[in-house]
Amino acid sequence: MTRLLEILGRKTLDVVTEIGRVLMFLGQTLRATISGPFYVRNLFKQMEQIGVNSIPVVLTTALSTGMVLALQSYTGFKRFGAESLIGTVVSLSMTRELGPVLTGLMVAGRAGASMAAELGTMKVTEQIDAMETLATSPMKYLVVPRFVASTIMMFFLTVLGMLIGISGGYFVGVKVLGTNPVTYVNQSIDNTEVSDIWYGLIKALVFGAVVGLIGCYKGFNTEGGAEGVGKATTGAVVVSCMLILILDYFLSALLW
Amino acid sequence: MIDIINVHKGFGEQRVLRGVNLTIEKGESMTVIGGSGSGKSVLLKHIIGLLFPDQGRVIIDGQELNNLDQHGLNEVRKKFGMLFQMAALFDSLSVWENVGFSLKQHTKMSDQEIRAMATEKLALVGLKGIEDKMPAELSGGMKKRVGLARAIAINPAIILYDEPTTGLDPISADAINDLIIDLRKKLGVTSVAITHDMHSAYKISDRIAMLYKGEILEVGTPDQIRQTSHPIVHQFITGSAVGPITAD
Ligand SMILES: Nc1ncnc2c1ncn2[C@@H]1O[C@H](COP(=O)(O)OP(=O)(O)OP(=O)(O)O)[C@@H](O)[C@H]1O
Ligand SMILES: [Mg+2]
Repeated sequence: MTRLLEILGRKTLDVVTEIGRVLMFLGQTLRATISGPFYVRNLFKQMEQIGVNSIPVVLTTALSTGMVLALQSYTGFKRFGAESLIGTVVSLSMTRELGPVLTGLMVAGRAGASMAAELGTMKVTEQIDAMETLATSPMKYLVVPRFVASTIMMFFLTVLGMLIGISGGYFVGVKVLGTNPVTYVNQSIDNTEVSDIWYGLIKALVFGAVVGLIGCYKGFNTEGGAEGVGKATTGAVVVSCMLILILDYFLSALLW
Repeated sequence: MIDIINVHKGFGEQRVLRGVNLTIEKGESMTVIGGSGSGKSVLLKHIIGLLFPDQGRVIIDGQELNNLDQHGLNEVRKKFGMLFQMAALFDSLSVWENVGFSLKQHTKMSDQEIRAMATEKLALVGLKGIEDKMPAELSGGMKKRVGLARAIAINPAIILYDEPTTGLDPISADAINDLIIDLRKKLGVTSVAITHDMHSAYKISDRIAMLYKGEILEVGTPDQIRQTSHPIVHQFITGSAVGPITAD
């Protein structure tokens, strides 16, 4: 029993220290972001890697979600004759919730993992040390471009996700299930405020920062060869996905 | 020029350096020898501020590394070139971009000029026509030499070599020895090298220091080291399995 408590205590302590270290890393990242030099070329390269390359998976996820959402809400709403509300359900869920969260999870799995793997490899092969000896800050050269690119690209990918999800919903609602297109569109527009879109996009920015931060943090703290890189990669995905889900709740509560 | 004063360093429970004292003069070529895992690389990383002592001080040109902020540390590092044991080339950059990395970061040279400079440095280490290759396409020995070209790219005043000749064929290895000697003679470079290769150690060093159990056991000129009366040093340089050092 005491043994169990001891383990539990140690685990809690580990988590708390880890949170502290992540926050410190965030502080260093932000400081490095606002002080020059700024590596624009690296930023563009990362925007391409994180953003452009994530488009297919974000498209697929958003499209499927929008379509399924329309289908499922139709089944439910038909029972009390509220089919006309499908559009509202789809557009509200896609903008406020599913657009940012699903995009966040997908990008965490794709870009966050590859960030952790790449930086982790650089760490264990001493490339990061080598960069320091060349009087170049790895925080500025490696972390800042990834952090900023991930934040910016999550924003645009989420916009894309919202649009595609809503289009998918429209396609299923109107073309497949045959609800009235005019009502569908009107209902969607009337019940979705601009602020709903902004709420979703603020979430996207936060999730983007989380993915970039955790991917880089895990990469920079990799130890122990190829096995360590594997652990860092999995760790980056698990932690950023968990953080996205936890922060999603708090942001939803906050951005009421 | 380089003062290492009573440096202690441990990782977790393991105490790697236990009070290292070593002074390296300007223009001197110092070689550190010692068994595998004795902390040679760790010592070298202290000299360039990649690791900091738990206790003790490292002073470069009168500046104590412990007291410097990031900017100050980077200014000190610009005096250095370092060759890593495993080369540590940036694998997302081509060979010439690797060699020209600090030129790109710290000078206003154009890519064309940097490339020309890289070609020149690569020729010094005996490599030709590989400017556009990626590190993954190179052999171990080639990587090492590209790493060396990168270390000397900005004509540093101090060069740290972590096993410069390991993994090279005897002829390339000797060419690297000659290069190290040349850099010191012609440019007055101060160098600290780590090596297991006693032939190379005798050839390139003004003085040799032996690191054993976290301390410097003996420092002396190659001749003094050759004629050492210290049983541990003697066993090490003659490469005998029998003696006070046991392979455990
Ligand atoms: N960053 C680190 N974290 C933990 N332990 C380390 C670290 N760096 C080195 N060590 C440990 O310190 C000891 C000395 O390592 P070091 O790399 O300096 O050996 P070395 O003398 O260079 O050996 P070799 O000749 O094989 O290169 C080793 O036991 C190693 O495990
Ligand atoms: Mg070593």
